[in-house]
Formats: sequence, C-alpha cells, structure tokens
Amino acid sequence: MKIALILNGKNVEAEVDDGMTLYDFVRLKGCTSVKCGCETSNCGLCTVFLDDVPVLSCSVLAARAAGRRVDTLEGLQEEAEEFGAFIAGQGAEQCGFCNPGMIMNAIALFREKTDPTDEEIQEYLAGNLCRCSGYEGQMRGIRNFIAYKKEKALSGERQKDGSMGKSRETDGAQRLQGDEQAKEAGKQEGGAGI
Amino acid sequence: MKDMEKKLGEIRRDIEANEREARENGIPMKTAEEGASLRASMKTVNQPQMKKDAMALVTGKPVFLDDVTGREYLVVKVLRSPHANAIVKKIDTDRAKKVPGVEGIFTWEDVPNQRFTMAGQTYPELSPYDRLILDPHVRYVGDPVAIVAGENEDCVDRALKLIRTEYQVLPAVLDMHEAKDNETLIHPEENWEALVPVGADNKRNLCASQKSGVGDVEEVLAQCDVVVEGTYHTQANQQAMMETFRTACYMDTYGRLNVVSSTQIVFHVQRIVARALDIPQSKVRVTKHRIGGGFGAKQTVVAEVFPAFVTWKTGKPSKMIFTREECQTASTPRHEMEVKVRVGATREGRIRALDVYALSDTGAYGEHGPTTVGLVGQKGITLYGKLDAYRFDFDVVYTNHMSAGAYRGYGATQGIFAIESAVNELAQKLGIDPVKLREMNMVQQGQRMPSYENEPNRSCALDRCMARAKEMIGWDEKYPCKDMGNGKVRSVGVAMAMQGSCISFVDTGSAVVKLEQEGTYNLSVGSADMGTGCDTILAQIAAEVLACPLEQITVCAADTDSSPYDSGSYASSTTYVTGKAVEQAAGQVKELILKKAAQMMEAPLEELEFLGDRVAWSAGEKQVSIKEIADASTCGNHLAIVGSVTNSSPVSPPPFMVGMVEIELDKETGALEILDYVAVVDCGTPINPNLARVQTEGGLAQGIGMALYENVKSSGKGQILSNSLMQYKIPTRMDVPRFRVEFESSYEPTGPFGAKSIGEIVINTPAPALAHAIANATGVWFQELPITSEKIWRGMQ
Repeated sequence: MKIALILNGKNVEAEVDDGMTLYDFVRLKGCTSVKCGCETSNCGLCTVFLDDVPVLSCSVLAARAAGRRVDTLEGLQEEAEEFGAFIAGQGAEQCGFCNPGMIMNAIALFREKTDPTDEEIQEYLAGNLCRCSGYEGQMRGIRNFIAYKKEKALSGERQKDGSMGKSRETDGAQRLQGDEQAKEAGKQEGGAGI
Repeated sequence: MKDMEKKLGEIRRDIEANEREARENGIPMKTAEEGASLRASMKTVNQPQMKKDAMALVTGKPVFLDDVTGREYLVVKVLRSPHANAIVKKIDTDRAKKVPGVEGIFTWEDVPNQRFTMAGQTYPELSPYDRLILDPHVRYVGDPVAIVAGENEDCVDRALKLIRTEYQVLPAVLDMHEAKDNETLIHPEENWEALVPVGADNKRNLCASQKSGVGDVEEVLAQCDVVVEGTYHTQANQQAMMETFRTACYMDTYGRLNVVSSTQIVFHVQRIVARALDIPQSKVRVTKHRIGGGFGAKQTVVAEVFPAFVTWKTGKPSKMIFTREECQTASTPRHEMEVKVRVGATREGRIRALDVYALSDTGAYGEHGPTTVGLVGQKGITLYGKLDAYRFDFDVVYTNHMSAGAYRGYGATQGIFAIESAVNELAQKLGIDPVKLREMNMVQQGQRMPSYENEPNRSCALDRCMARAKEMIGWDEKYPCKDMGNGKVRSVGVAMAMQGSCISFVDTGSAVVKLEQEGTYNLSVGSADMGTGCDTILAQIAAEVLACPLEQITVCAADTDSSPYDSGSYASSTTYVTGKAVEQAAGQVKELILKKAAQMMEAPLEELEFLGDRVAWSAGEKQVSIKEIADASTCGNHLAIVGSVTNSSPVSPPPFMVGMVEIELDKETGALEILDYVAVVDCGTPINPNLARVQTEGGLAQGIGMALYENVKSSGKGQILSNSLMQYKIPTRMDVPRFRVEFESSYEPTGPFGAKSIGEIVINTPAPALAHAIANATGVWFQELPITSEKIWRGMQ
C-alpha cells in the first residue's frame, strides 16, 4: 500500500507492505537512531513521536502513520543536543544504545511538564530500559537539565561567552556551571547532522 | 585474646616484609595521604571528563553496526534444535533452497570438522575445544542445526520453516548434580580437546575439576568455637545488554574476510573465526563500531562464525542480528552454581578457616567454564586476612543447558554471595556485629594473599570503605532492624567484595601513540569501549602524560589490522593493563619530542623541558612549540615520533568495596522495597570519577536484578522459559533505589596513575547484602537466588 506522511518535517511517500511496522519504516528511511532492544514492546528503545505523542514504533504499523506526523531523534537534534549534554555530563549515556528512545521520551516529558517531580520523571520514563547506568546518573542529568532550564528561563538568554574555554568539570558544586560547559562542549563534539 | 595478638603479630611482620620488598622493587606502597597528594597534582586523570563519543550517542548518530550495514548484506539466520540432546539423522534442505531470494543453506556436512571454543580467551584457551560451527550432535534446545542466508528476512524465515530435520532424540542431562559420571555423555566425540590441563574429562562430563588450599582445613575447623555451613545456589543470569549479538562480514579488495562485530575481543575473534573456518588468520580482519553494551557477553564469539562462514562461502556480504529471543535462549549467561561454604571462627571472632566447594554448570559447551569457577574461591576467600587454613575445590560439569559464559563478576559474584552470606550468619552465631566482625578480619594493605596467588596486597582501602559506608547508612542506629509497627520492618545488610585487575601473566594490552601533523596525538589501542568509556579513559592517561588537553588526543580502536595487540576488554583489565601501556607509550613520545626539539634547537637533550604545548630550553633562551615540532616531523625527517608499548602484569591488584543496603519488608506479603544503597569503592585512582560512579551504579542495578528476580528458567525438557524481557525481568528505574556511591581510594603502585579496575567488582555486593537485610528482617537466611517476594513470604510461614 502507498502511504504519505511527514517524517521529521519532510513529506514522504512510500510503498509499504501491510504488515510493515513503523520501526522498520523509519529505519528504512535512514532514521537509524531508532533502535530495537526487545521485540516484546517493553524496552522503549524504538520510541518515536506520532503527532507529538511518544509511541513504540515496533508496535505501530507503518500504515497507521499515514497522513500523520512522525518525528525521530534525527528531527529533534537541537533538543537532543541540549538535553543529551546533561546526560553526557554525568557519563550516564554509557553504551548509548538506549539513549535515543529515552531522550525522545524525556523530550516529551519536558514539553508536557517544565518542572516534573522525581516520581513523575521515574514514571514517565519507566518504559525505557537501560542496562548500563542503573538509572541514577540519568536522573542526575535530568535534574541538572531541569535546573538549568529553570535558571535560563529566569535569567533570560544566558551569556554564553563567559563559560567557554574553561575546564569541563561536571561534578558537585560546579554542577550547573559544568553542565553549561558540557553543553557547549557537546556542540563542539557533536559532529555533523545526518 | 592471646590468639588474636599472635595473629596480628604475624600480619605485622608480613606487612613490613612486603613493604620493604615493594620499596626495593621501586613500587613503594602509598598511604592514603600520599595517594591523595599524588592525585591532587593530576590535571586530566581523576577528572570527570565527558566521553569522547558522548554527543554522538545522545543525539542518535549512526555509530552502531546495524546503523551502517545496508540492505546489500545477506540476512543470516540459523535453524535451532528443538531438543536438548539429539543426533541430526537427516536434514532435507531441498524445498527451502527453492525459496526465491535464498542464497545458501549450510548444514554440518558443509563445515570444517575442527573443534574450537567460542570463549574469547588468550591462546591456548583454558576452555576446551568442543564446538563445531554446526554439529550433527545438538546439545541444547537452541543449538544451531543449519545456517540460512538470503536476500531478506522474509525469505530466510520461509526457508527456515521448510527445512525438514529428523532427530534421534537422546536422554538429556538437565540437573548439574547428576552430570558428573552420568552415562549420557554431552561430548562423547573423539576430537574433543582440552589444550590446558584443567582437570577436564569429556568421558566424565567434566569441563574442569581442581583442588587447592593452604593448611589443614579439617583440623582448623575442628578447633574453631563456631562453624557455619551453608549451600548457596545462584542462577544463570543474562547480561541483557541492550544491543543484541550482531556481526556483519564482507570480502575486501585483497580477498580477505572482514568481520565487523559488536565484540569486546577483536583479536580473539580473528583467531577463533580463522580456526572455525579452517583458514589462515591473515585472511581475517576484525573491526568494531560502537558496542551497545557487553558485560562479558561479547567476550564470547556468539554470532561471528555464522555470517563469517556465509561470506567466506558465497563471497557476498552478510550479517547476523540476534533477536532478543535468541539472546535469551542461545547465548552465554552466567554459570549457575552451587557453592558449599564452611566458615569457622574463634569465640572472639577471628575467622580461622574457609572451606569452599563449587559445582558449576557450564552447559552444553565449555566456554569460560574452567576459568569463571576459579574466582569463586579466589575473590571470596581472599577478603579475609587472618585465616589459618582454606580449601577451595571445584567441579565444572557439562549439561544439556545452553552454554554459560562470561558475565561481569565472572564467578566472583557467585562466590562472594556464598562466602559473605556465610560470614553474616557467622556474625549472628557469634553475637558480633557483622561490620565489626569484618573490621576484625578483613585483608589489609601490605599483606600477602595466600588464596590470591600469594600476591602482595599493595593497595587496599577496604577498611576506609567500611568505615565510610557504615557512616553513610547509619549502620549503628539501624542494625539489625526496626519494626515500623504497620506490618513492615526496616533492616540493613552488608557485604564486602573484591575482584581483580586483569589476569596476571596473561592479559596483554598495547598502545601506539603518535604525534600528528598539527601537534595533536593519535592513540591506537586494541581494547574495546563497550560503553564503559575506556576510549576516553585511555586518552585521559595519554593527555596527563603529554600535558595536553584531552581534546588533543584522538583514539582509534579497535581493528586487528591497525591496532596493536590487545587481549580485549574483559577481566577488568583495560584501565590497568592497556592503561599502563598508554602511559608508557605516551612517555616514549614525550622523549622523542624532546629528542626532535634538541635537534631543532641544537640543544643538549638533558637541558630541555617538556611543557605540553612546547619544549623550552631556558639556558639557550629558546623554545619550540609542539606544532613546530610536528611540522618539522613531516619535512625531511628521519625520527619517528611514535611510542609503542605492549604491557602485561605479573599481578592483578584487587579493587575492594563495601555495599550496604536498607530495605523495608512487608511481613504480610513478602514485598520488599530497597530504601537506600550505599557503595564505597576502592578502585585505586578513579581515572574518570563520573564513569567510575556510573559503572558502580549500573553494576549495583544488575546485582539487584540478580538478587531479587533475574533467573534463566527452563522447562523439564530444557527449553528456556525466560525467552524475552517480559519473562526475564531486568530492573526498571522504578525498581532501583537512589544509589549513593563514594570512593575511598588507595593508590596502586603498579597501575597507571594509581588505578585499579572498577567494571566488575560493582556487581558483587547486592546479593549478599540483600540476603543479609532480608535475614535481619525475617530471621530467614535465604541461600538460593533470586530471593523473590514469594520466596520470602513462603520462608516466613
């Protein structure tokens, strides 16, 4: 069957098999950030947005996305970099295989709630498995990111020049400042888009 | 108390002698203060640097194997045996071969009859050569029967269904207790081979069997005032890394087989694939991309041989991506073990003897069988430094379960659960606080460790770890438990742990550091960053030596063609062994830069000073920048500014740690909530404190899964029931507590910048600490993992 949809902001038309999953479809279209970890709809690695709502792409037929908007991390690079730098600032990205799915869900959370509690964060991301980190470092990164966003909202656009070029410590007392730097470092080391 | 004083005197003399010897050998032991002061001067090492690949990972860049292998690769899958033990009598592939798109179907008749092991270990491997790529004798439910390669998944799946196989079903050995000397032999074949004498005997279903010890354990136990005995049972556990096993292969310009794999061990893969295919190693090149987790699983050649065989036979690129179900049912989980412990002490609390026997189930094949079991005794018994005698015996048996393999902790996890549990029970019997009992008996810095190859313990902050953990959790207020008055009880538990840093005399790591054209450096290593961050950690070590920012070190790993030899990233070896090679190779480069600078300035070498960004000659009032030296090295130059070092270690300095847990247990239901987990780790100098912390937190989470619910279950016929992440539950973020991790660092004189290992030790404390807390809450000592709420409830009835 033929479907038309908007993938990462671009109109896409494609011939797909009736049984093709949205997961297979987006990967076929080059969105390889979307990963598969389980085949039983419980690891969260394949999370994409369908009309801005996070769904498990392994459990949605490509045909269901016809006429709708699909977003993957490839289409959310700025948000991924901004938030991801805070995960990286903790070393909590580890192997990185589960990161895109978790970061998609985290972005959805931040869009929904600017100041979630720890419990809300845990619940929102409960479906995103990670075998490396034990989740604690991810939590630190998320909390730091929320604090950074709050401060940014308060003080308006931060002056970024002041934080360039210093050491990139990201621990303890210098957490917030460090993560600002980590974010900057992220921009330098993130590499070109796809 | 006479007894204790006498022992303390012995230990004092031992420590003094070892300290003297260490000084004479130029590797003096460091006090806590000396270590801290050395670390205070470090600029890149001991700093929480961001991983070099971090931003690519968090933004989802195509850096994993299947992100970059396109549709031109044939899809490879295998037909798997439905029987636990059977002979393939007839296999008819005619109809399957006719499926459009199918490129090739291979059976046991097509593969070399040369046995090998899939265990990624240094040659000659201790694991027996008991595998064929395909074997007419299938030995577990899931053992490969045929390989199918085709243009896409659909045609391969259809072909798999059309293969007709006749089996002669044989009786299966599914209980490890019945394996030794069973009339059913798992490996009756004549070309089974054990390369190294480890007590293996295929005619007895023995993969390994050994006895070891010091002193007369029976006699000492008979003299002890209190003896505790227990039989501890740990299950097989899946590593469950998020990226399943996967390998892609293609032929290159030179007619060589290129194997791109998600592996921790590129050089072992090269050797093993060559042997399996019966082709020269020079025909095989192995590389890797980013690895989506390993935890030891990818220290075994699980997927590699199948696509390698297909590509070698067809000349076409092919890839094999394991499904999660295959990962759960046909892989290399932790060895299920039964560990019997007897521990004896004086009334005053000196632990005098430990007697340990381990029965390990290696499954259908012997991967890592003879080696994992050794750590059961070595890493558990050695925690106790005042023993008069110990004994450690083991049998590793073949059964018709899927083969076991390497999983973080590698036998130490099983042994420490058993020994630490027994010691906790001993403390209760003695009426001594279990923390106090450990403070009295723990191994100390400077002691020789008879149960640890008699190595000297040159760096150990276990005492400080215990003191800090106790303070963090509030042990004295909380031990043993508090009834909350609402049917719930809060309690605490404790365990110590150790591991090694490499396999001494075996593990080999190398580094090549070269000065690049713009004055930066390239570091080549053969170790494999599987998410741990070792690429970054090794670069930090180089940057520290070369006094440059981390950004100026680029890392290239791992490629059997271009990387210097490395046995691979396992056995907690990379930071310690490869890291030392990096330190020394960077040191060589520094010397070569000075030499080049001396030529350039016509200055005497000994008057030059290396300052990171330049070399200064103050007497001559001259200096040259690294950039100028780099430029000079590309023009009319005869001096290679390349450092190249291969390193191995005669010792395996143990990291140490203490874990303490606080739980709340519902006595009516057995439901358990972990309220707090504190871990204090001595990994020597943490090269990257962020990464060391996350390693610890991740290891604790895996240890909690193992302690409370993870269990590779099989049916009475040997079929794996826990065949998905629905049936095999790994911890979610709702299941783990807030971990509190701190470091109490010793300084290992033989390690790079005082470092030891961190990767494996961190999984070892949760099982015994939780079992202890549960016992303190319920009065029931659980000796079998996992300790589910159901078991707790039943235990309390």
